[in-house]
Amino acid sequence: MSNSVPGSAGVIATARLIAAKDLRVERRSRVLLNQVLPFALIVMVMFAFALDSDAVLERVAPGLVWLATLFSVLVMVSRSFAVETGDGALDQLRSAGVPATGIFIGKMLALMVQLMVLVALLVGAAVVLYRAHFSWAGGVLLVTTATAATCGLAAVGTLYGGLAAGAKGRETLLPLLLLPVVAPVLIGATRATESAFGTNGIAISEGWPWLGLLVVFAVLFSVAGAVAFGPLLDE
Amino acid sequence: MIAHEPGIDVVIDLSDAVAVLGSFPALAGATLSVNRGEIVLLRGPNGAGKTTLLRLCAGLIPLERGHGQVLGIDLKNDRELVRHRVGVIGHNNGLYGDLTVSENVRFWGRTVGATRAEVDAALRRMGLDGRLADLPVSRLSAGQKRRTALAGLVARRAELWLLDEPHAGLDATGRDELDQVLKMAAAAGATVMVASHELERAAQLATRQVEVVAGQVREIGAP
Amino acid sequence: MNTSMSKHSPRDRVTGTPFTRGLGVVILAGITLLIILAIFVSPADVNQGESVRIMYAHVPGAWLAYLAFVVTGISSVAYLWKRTRSLTWDRIAGASAEVGVLFMGISLVTGSLWGRITWGTYWTWDARLTTTAFLFVTYIGYLAVRGLGGTHQQRARRSAVLALLAVLEIPLVHFSVQLWNTLHQEASVAGRGTDVEMDGLMLFTLFLGVVVFTLMYVWLVLHRQRSLALDDMLDDSGLDNALTARRAEAQGVAR
Repeated sequence: MSNSVPGSAGVIATARLIAAKDLRVERRSRVLLNQVLPFALIVMVMFAFALDSDAVLERVAPGLVWLATLFSVLVMVSRSFAVETGDGALDQLRSAGVPATGIFIGKMLALMVQLMVLVALLVGAAVVLYRAHFSWAGGVLLVTTATAATCGLAAVGTLYGGLAAGAKGRETLLPLLLLPVVAPVLIGATRATESAFGTNGIAISEGWPWLGLLVVFAVLFSVAGAVAFGPLLDE
Repeated sequence: MIAHEPGIDVVIDLSDAVAVLGSFPALAGATLSVNRGEIVLLRGPNGAGKTTLLRLCAGLIPLERGHGQVLGIDLKNDRELVRHRVGVIGHNNGLYGDLTVSENVRFWGRTVGATRAEVDAALRRMGLDGRLADLPVSRLSAGQKRRTALAGLVARRAELWLLDEPHAGLDATGRDELDQVLKMAAAAGATVMVASHELERAAQLATRQVEVVAGQVREIGAP
Repeated sequence: MNTSMSKHSPRDRVTGTPFTRGLGVVILAGITLLIILAIFVSPADVNQGESVRIMYAHVPGAWLAYLAFVVTGISSVAYLWKRTRSLTWDRIAGASAEVGVLFMGISLVTGSLWGRITWGTYWTWDARLTTTAFLFVTYIGYLAVRGLGGTHQQRARRSAVLALLAVLEIPLVHFSVQLWNTLHQEASVAGRGTDVEMDGLMLFTLFLGVVVFTLMYVWLVLHRQRSLALDDMLDDSGLDNALTARRAEAQGVAR
């Protein structure tokens, strides 16, 4: 990692540059808005068809929110790196000696922002479609949970997305690599969201230990990604 | 504009360099020395190793055997350090199709902290100011995309330009402008190495021609 | 890379040495003894009956699977650490992961058969079992990444980093599944009916199983590591030949 190469922008500046660029690409192309969000919503509807019971849906609503998020993460990570590999921009970034850590943080932040929008929409869908109970007291837990979970998902997604980006068969490789790793996020976020929704009469206070798990995950993989992204990307 | 490091006037110094694509030795013992400010034309048939030579000099592929230095940096151990001072444009332009021309050039400029004025100058120099600047890159012609990519090199102050068929797809005006930019860049202390099939045009432009044959480099001498 | 070695064609090479041949004989004898002890000589368990015999394959298999991934992790560190960097470490990591996936498959299958007989269910969401399944899938992904291609060094670095990420992932998975179980499930069935009254012979048989499986692991990894080295050498000797051909071509054109 040539972070301190004179003449090139630093890690933080690079991260801001990349994140702003990714969000601007989304603002112009609207792939999240026009494709990913509708996809996630239709997944939520399909869950209702498959489970076919209001009582069951209400009980499993938190899990379905995060399962739909995981499916969407796969799509969003693919999109995030399709933007980079379409005209060889990622190669160009590496060939210009742009610090890999900065690229990682930037793409992770942009992904995190987009994931927050997605999760907000899915929580809304759970309230409407699955009769999940949203309370303002649970809202604080829900927002912190979503922040920590999306941070972890964005970190792991960017890390493995970068690894799969150059590879042949990346569409199938990414889920194989990504899904086992994010199991703790699915478990932790689902339990914490159950508390926030009050599903099965679970108290809000029971959600906070799960938040701890999410924070540990997010911190570990953010650091790991910042360190490992360069070696994974290099030729 | 370009920072000179005193004492390093040999920009590219390869001896018996071997580089592989998979297990194929695309460069099979290439020896080449290029000085600062030169515009070197790489000639030779397709598959002779021109692209691999360019990518090796850009620090993009490992030096498998032999010796090599670019801008005084050893390719064997420190090829990553070469990268931010070298610009390489190949078949891909490295542009974001959803962003406008000026946004792309500003993006590449800002990877080295270029100011807005520098970016504007780069756009102007490549004839990309005015209406073109605000078009999304995906709506440009191939030639306009190429010019945008080169403007990105200007904006990020690359000292060594490694260009793979840069004339391909440019219209006559674009080619003239490209030649002009390359000459100006060389005069300002940049070094340019061009692989091109446009021999007539490139020969006028180049200060020196070399031929790449079967992974080795041979001098042709001054045009 | 070793040019003196490329004078021989790789076909002259075998992966065996006197040591591995001797080891192989010992393993064969050990397996024979293990089968005799495990199936015929050792007694049935008071609680589990005959099904306890599955343990003589299951426990050593699971032990080896974890050992294999520890070896993969350590070899990956050894590769990434500059002072010990060598492709041999990378090949050991790869060979060990392949063998580990094999043994993990064996231990998952035998474990679920044993679970079916003992607990009446093939699967339980117990942390150890779930973690093992995740480890299995993770290393299948690891092997997929090893097969992506590129130069040897590229493969080595990519897979070493991935192996270290797995070392990060597995405890997290284990911990979160454990937390999930303790908070939201009744006591796991894994605690029931599993007490084994080990008599001396049963303990000895289990111990023998662990030793024989470990030797088998060493034997497999040594051979696989050498065959991977031959693969790499074949690539390199291919480079030597192609290089010679290409230099000749350049001479020919030069006239």
